Amino acid sequence: MLRATTPALEASADTDIALWLEQQTGKSLLRFLTCGSVDDGKSTLIGRLLYDSQLILDDQLASLRNESRNRHVGEEGIDFSLLVDGLTAEREQGITIDVAYRFFSTDKRKFIVADTPGHEQYTRNMATGASNSDLALLLVDARKGLLTQTRRHSFILSLIGVKHIVLVVNKIDLVDYSQEVFETIVSDYRAFAQELGFKTLNAVPVSALRGDNIVTRSERMPWYKGEPLLPYLEAIEVSEDRAVQPLRFPVQWVNRPNLDFRGFSGTVASGVVAVGDEVLVAASRKPAVVRRVVTMDGDLDRAVAGQAVTLVLDREVDISRGDMLAHPGAVPEFSNQFQARLIWMNDEPAYPGRSYLLKIGTQLVPATITGLKFRTNVNTLEKSAAKTLELNEVGTVTVATDKPIAFDPYTENGLTGGFILIDRISNRTLGAGTIDFGLRRAQNLTYQTFDVNRQVRAQMKAQTPRIVWFTGLSGSGKSTIANLIEKRLTAEGRHAYILDGDNVRHGLNKDLGFTDTDRIENIRRVAEVAKLMADAGLIVLVSFISPFRNERRMAREIAGDIDFLEVYVDTPLEVCEARDPKGLYAKARAGQIKNFTGIDSAFEPPERADVVLNGAEHDPVELADELYGRLTG
Amino acid sequence: MGQVTAQPQLSHLRLLESESIEILREVAASFDRPVMMYSIGKDSSVLLHLARKAFYPSKIPFPLLHIDTTWKFREMIAFRDRMAEEYGFDLITHTNPDGLRDNINPFDHGSSRYTDIMKTAALRQALTAGKYDAAIGGARRDEEKSRAKERIFSHRNASHAWDPKNQRPELWRLFNTRLNPGESMRVFPISNWTELDIWTYIYAEDIPIVPLYFARPRPVVERQGTLIMVDDDRLPLAKGETPREEMVRFRTLGCYPLTGAIRSDAATLAEIIMEMQASRTSERQGRLIDSDQAGSMEKKKQEGYF
Repeated sequence: MLRATTPALEASADTDIALWLEQQTGKSLLRFLTCGSVDDGKSTLIGRLLYDSQLILDDQLASLRNESRNRHVGEEGIDFSLLVDGLTAEREQGITIDVAYRFFSTDKRKFIVADTPGHEQYTRNMATGASNSDLALLLVDARKGLLTQTRRHSFILSLIGVKHIVLVVNKIDLVDYSQEVFETIVSDYRAFAQELGFKTLNAVPVSALRGDNIVTRSERMPWYKGEPLLPYLEAIEVSEDRAVQPLRFPVQWVNRPNLDFRGFSGTVASGVVAVGDEVLVAASRKPAVVRRVVTMDGDLDRAVAGQAVTLVLDREVDISRGDMLAHPGAVPEFSNQFQARLIWMNDEPAYPGRSYLLKIGTQLVPATITGLKFRTNVNTLEKSAAKTLELNEVGTVTVATDKPIAFDPYTENGLTGGFILIDRISNRTLGAGTIDFGLRRAQNLTYQTFDVNRQVRAQMKAQTPRIVWFTGLSGSGKSTIANLIEKRLTAEGRHAYILDGDNVRHGLNKDLGFTDTDRIENIRRVAEVAKLMADAGLIVLVSFISPFRNERRMAREIAGDIDFLEVYVDTPLEVCEARDPKGLYAKARAGQIKNFTGIDSAFEPPERADVVLNGAEHDPVELADELYGRLTG
Repeated sequence: MGQVTAQPQLSHLRLLESESIEILREVAASFDRPVMMYSIGKDSSVLLHLARKAFYPSKIPFPLLHIDTTWKFREMIAFRDRMAEEYGFDLITHTNPDGLRDNINPFDHGSSRYTDIMKTAALRQALTAGKYDAAIGGARRDEEKSRAKERIFSHRNASHAWDPKNQRPELWRLFNTRLNPGESMRVFPISNWTELDIWTYIYAEDIPIVPLYFARPRPVVERQGTLIMVDDDRLPLAKGETPREEMVRFRTLGCYPLTGAIRSDAATLAEIIMEMQASRTSERQGRLIDSDQAGSMEKKKQEGYF
């Protein structure tokens, strides 16, 4: 536990330091971010704040003066942006390409600054910086006024829920410290920001390069009556009191050193938890009473939002990582469907129907975007219909998770209402979402169970139902092999059925085209049909190009406990194209067919197929023999 | 102790402490084979303290790894072994056997090549041998410019390299801990601490640190303005160069031939903090490896240095 008061100290330095330390620990913390367009001077502004609060040390200053030669410098002979533009690549390009964190403190407050880029393609980094900030400095170049970037960033700030904005009108020296220019920009911005729901909006005219209105009021702008930037940042009250919100305790790690101790470690996301409190597990609604709040510094009576502790309960309850504890009467939502706003952060677009991993709090579940309601133009805030979300686009979506999760609407609780989506193959973080509300539809839809089940039907047929999923390029030999297999199975009295890509597209999927979005939906439907057929007791042979790893994985997951065999008919493109049984390659090469796999649409070969058949070296009969052996062996 | 403070607002240090504990627990819960880098310095001491807090009453559920270049200060090694015994953590040490065989040292091979072989390559060897999927380190964002942009969970490809342009965005406190086979994660739980936070916390929590941080008369030689301590007889002395006793201490600890001492009278924690408040140079200045070439830390990190 932190020492709050002075133990017996001998040296006078210790007494001084004790007083000083008390002052240090009493300081509050402000996390803010800087955003704005390229060349608005963000890095210079942060460098200036560090310099003016005397945080630049002698050796840094010396090397800075050295590096500042031939650059745009202020009266001190220093290019302040060099202080913060860390990576070699961005120094060469002259732009900040990533979010960087800076630390400084004054006598009154400690500051953590997220320096975020203005360049359009890196908007995702701004959202990242905003997600951990209470306040934003929005920079505007006095010569240029409001730009598309200014609007975009304001919208993202509002989306992520940053409530306090300081509009920093920079480079005011370059417009002769004009009051008129400043006031026009401010009134334009106020008009634009009206709908964005900010709690406070203040504007300051500054020159970061010259230090006007940063720490002290500038004599060159007697018309400005407000506070300079730094004093304003020291004084503004931004802390929403997380302790008065309902208790949310996400279980992070089960603490089990021996058989006598079983605790649940986690950080209180909101509210207060005290010894003697009754708590409920959000998922199971099982109750228990808190017996101890354990820390290495001794047991506590209670823990408040922000504290990392370990809870011991009075009874054995099945709780693991991902569970959330709450007080009865103030439980979070618990559902497998919700509506959310999604910021897409990846080069490959977001596809409705594709399966992703969703992380929210300590919960990690497979999830699908079930619908894209509309896309919001981040420059005009206009809404429009869309089939996919591209990099840096924002959409309103419905999401279904494979199992229900505990959450709160983001506006009520930022830590239990924000989530990220992760790619299941590359593991990249693809997007970030904020939950609007839960959808209750799913809760009213239950599965009917019948007395005659798959086992009974399978026994009637004396066979093991399974799905054999063929993947490979067009012309690779999938359907030929599947056909041979079906004939042999039938000859032996087994009951099999082929689902063929071309045939299904004439009927069930005739509404689908060949865009990536439609291909994903195509596979999803076929996977569901295959599952129903296998459930009916059949051996299902699926012959689909199925070019994407993600969707083949989805098909396997949809199959659930049904035996699933992924067969990759590995025939090289040149061979398939030379065969060209349907003349499709020729048409694709001639540009008459778009999105043709292997030509202008990707085929992702399986990394771990159950069976790989070499279609170039062996003829279909040999391959069918080989596969038949696997099926019956 | 035991009473929680009445006001719900947590102090800055408390918030940093909780954040770090949460990160450490996330590592233990999400990875199969985590390991914690133990460099024996003050940041490592804070990290060790936080790890003990994070899992209490359980023991730290992963081993600590020390890359021993054989050129560390003797007091560091003694301190390391004492800590391991006192707190009962699982300590693994590794020295690059190739470097040992070829007698790689900072004098004959230069600081850059020496660091590459005895630290960077050694670390890669140890991480590969242990099949560790997460390595926890004590780096702070305020230490050096390229570190300011590093993630808390920093993804490394199968050859342990960092790609600053392909970092995963980190939103809220949601850390993407997913890996493909062969990949690994470097995790920095004290990313948001400053040097002053570290010292204040060491003081407030009474955390043991290596005595080299405190000023004491020590044998030193001065080379190009840097004070090098003569820790043993392996340091080659130039003609006419004789070690002299000076009241010095260290702001960072590493390999003794590459670590500059500062003249100081600060013999207690309080005096160190006071001196630091008045000081006008940054802490990495005493490290010789950073100034070999421009952008050198970023380059080292891309190659796998911590």
